Amino acid sequence: MEASTMIRTQGLRKTFKARRGTVEAVRGVDLTVQGGVIFGLLGPNGAGKTTLMRMLTTLLPPTDGEATVAGHDLRREPARVRERIGYVSQAGGVDITATGRENLILQGRLYGLDTARVRERAATLIAALELDAFADRMAGTYSGGQRRRLDLALGLVHQPPLLFLDEPTTGLDPQSRARLWDEVRRLRDSGTTVFLTTHYLDEADALCDRLAIVDEGRIVAEGTPDALKRQIAGDVVTLGVSTHNGTLAHARDLLQTQPFVREVNAEEQVLRLYVTRGEEALPSILRVLDGAGIPLETIALARPSLDDVFLRKTGHSLRDEVH
Amino acid sequence: MKTLRDTWLLFARSMMGTLRQPVWVIVGLTQPIFFLVLFAPLLDGVSKAPGFPRGGALNIFMPGLLVQLGLYGTAFVGFGLIAELRAGVIERLRVTPVSRLALLLGRALRDIVILLAQSILLVAAAWPFGLKVNLPGLAATLGLLVLLGLVMVCCSYAVALALKSEDALAPVLNTVTLPMLLLSGILLPLSLAPGWLRAVAHVNPLAYAVDAARSLFNGHAADVAVTQGFIIMGVLTVLSLWWAAGAFRQATA
Repeated sequence: MEASTMIRTQGLRKTFKARRGTVEAVRGVDLTVQGGVIFGLLGPNGAGKTTLMRMLTTLLPPTDGEATVAGHDLRREPARVRERIGYVSQAGGVDITATGRENLILQGRLYGLDTARVRERAATLIAALELDAFADRMAGTYSGGQRRRLDLALGLVHQPPLLFLDEPTTGLDPQSRARLWDEVRRLRDSGTTVFLTTHYLDEADALCDRLAIVDEGRIVAEGTPDALKRQIAGDVVTLGVSTHNGTLAHARDLLQTQPFVREVNAEEQVLRLYVTRGEEALPSILRVLDGAGIPLETIALARPSLDDVFLRKTGHSLRDEVH
Repeated sequence: MKTLRDTWLLFARSMMGTLRQPVWVIVGLTQPIFFLVLFAPLLDGVSKAPGFPRGGALNIFMPGLLVQLGLYGTAFVGFGLIAELRAGVIERLRVTPVSRLALLLGRALRDIVILLAQSILLVAAAWPFGLKVNLPGLAATLGLLVLLGLVMVCCSYAVALALKSEDALAPVLNTVTLPMLLLSGILLPLSLAPGWLRAVAHVNPLAYAVDAARSLFNGHAADVAVTQGFIIMGVLTVLSLWWAAGAFRQATA
């Protein structure tokens, strides 16, 4: 395993015993996460993301399979794994009977940091995550966004090289969301590897360097958001061309021969072109049509979304799953 | 050692939390206080009945009250744990290198300290009513109470971790504690009971604890009841610590 691989799993499986038979939450997951990236697990609720994350953070013993997390074997050295990872669960787990600072201090002490170091880390994190104004108030009084920032701080007290975030922005207002995204990017830029789960398409798209799409306990696709989207559909350029005198047909025939055009569909009033890179195709399209003297009435560019990717790979839309 | 250090850290945290919200501590004390003030005076008449142990109504009743405190004051600690489970606190702690045993011992230690404080307050409250206090006896009784308290908190936590729901925990606790209370001789000495009731009480560990407490409290440390009580409580303490420690080590919600 190369030095910079943070997570590697092989055939990771988790089966639960329920009242009626068994539930296979995770069905053989093979995953590799390099250091220094933001890696996302995208999938609907119930796909097995949280179960997978719980296994990687030593909370659940796998039913089968191997995994190495932060350089240590998950099943044989869970204690060593714990020393090197941070974890922010969906619920957060803040002690509401203590102040934010007290929460941070206890957390640091549990990681073995001495008093001076703990206080220093607490102060640094409070400043970095803008908790100054209420760090010494009971955590139970914090707003949703403030709580989430404290949750994040708790996961970072011991400066872990690998941070796990389970649905980090669920329930947050847009402003808090954006702030949290910025913070995650800052962490990545300073060398921390971030592994997060999400069911938000825009979060997966905007935040993650690499994605794995999960459905029913399996990984159905993996890659960078752009690569995944291009793989599926490419961009769609919609042209409004006059339908008189067979102009539409002429334009269609002309464009079909262009190398950057994958497919052309002529509809009643428009031409729909499937191209690889829309932003590069547009000027070429305009040049070609202009050169042939075909007047263009309207032009529009649509990018494929991760929902298209999800739909193609799993047969159902992610949007339908989100309640 | 790491377990001791972690236990201390978690104990300090739990204690701080409880001192900030002492509602349950006070509530836990009110039940025995009610019994002391509203029930104990009734015993004066009963104490003249044949079969009632000698020593005065209050001195016979008091050790039972302490055992009752050890039973009810501690049985419901599981609710606090369920609240923490729900909030994700236990999950967060379990991802840290913290000792799994310390997760149990830290809070159990806090529960025992609270129990001892409540016991001393109870005895102090009864003293003006004519309670005869034998200090070494009291200390030994409190020692027995610590064992009982440990058994109760460990069982409460183990059941709480298994059920993970307040709605499920409440009926379980109530169903278990009431017969234990009635069959222990806390309210009225079992020497007053018919043969069959006394026989059933023989399987109730709490009955042995009450007998032992009564002897110890009134300075009769040499009674066989004392030895019996300590052995039974000791064994139960070890078993329940083992059960609860195992529950904390395993995967939770």
